[in-house]
Amino acid sequence: MIKKNDFILIGIILAIVLLIWSLSFFKINWPMNFFMKTEGSKVRITVDGQEYKILDLDKDTTFSIEQENGKFNTFEIRDGYVDMIDASCPDKICVHQKEIHYDHETIVCLPNKVVLEIIDGQVNEVDSVAN
Amino acid sequence: MKTKKIATYGLLVSLAFILSYLESLFPIPIPIPGIKIGVANLVVMIALYGFGSTQAFVLSIIRIILVGFTFGNLSTMMYSLAGGLLSCLLMILFKKLKFFSMVGVSIIGGISHNIGQILMAILILESASIINYLPALLITGTITGTLIGIIGGLIEKRLKKFLVNY
Repeated sequence: MIKKNDFILIGIILAIVLLIWSLSFFKINWPMNFFMKTEGSKVRITVDGQEYKILDLDKDTTFSIEQENGKFNTFEIRDGYVDMIDASCPDKICVHQKEIHYDHETIVCLPNKVVLEIIDGQVNEVDSVAN
Repeated sequence: MKTKKIATYGLLVSLAFILSYLESLFPIPIPIPGIKIGVANLVVMIALYGFGSTQAFVLSIIRIILVGFTFGNLSTMMYSLAGGLLSCLLMILFKKLKFFSMVGVSIIGGISHNIGQILMAILILESASIINYLPALLITGTITGTLIGIIGGLIEKRLKKFLVNY
């Protein structure tokens, strides 16, 4: 009943999944910012499609987004990086996502409909400052 | 013959409807909108192989609208429409191409259901990084698709003599 082609299909799907996972394992942030790395200066918090707050990246802080029925997402801003440290969602995919720093990078919590996005990027000035 | 056609449609729609309801009673503890066992897809598979492409397509549209209005709201209906229509169209296409057996077609249906819902989530939440969920959804779609395909094959084998008279 099961044909050989079916197993080939399963194999191809598994190969794609393994490829994506190994890319993210080697800290290649797939598929965003694969080519362009512009540093952002602000983080925009969006809850359920509505803009919630915009924070500066140069001020270290810990911020909690509280929603009704006990949903929360806690993230911290440290050294210009934004990282989700705790959340009420059961899957915790947002907590496991990498910290974000470059323009247009995002952390998404789908169950709580929370999106953190780095905005207002400028051309990377670290090198010129160091010189 | 016409009466029998109407009765069969009614039977399939109610089966798909009930299976969707049962599925909504037992949510899997992973709150990603794309993850479902997709038992209702079983009925679409039977319709596709037992009766034909048109029947399967009409059946999925009726099921999605009925379930959407009864147990969900407009936003969950958007997700199911995106997933359901994409998976139904791709299953019809791959059945016609004859590359795969019922299992392969069902896997195509399972993963395209999830891909459709991810695309809809990207549109609704306006953020492309939901695509991070794609690998996990590909895996679950493959597993459920395989199971549905095997079960569907068994059922179709037993229903064959009734389906021929249709």
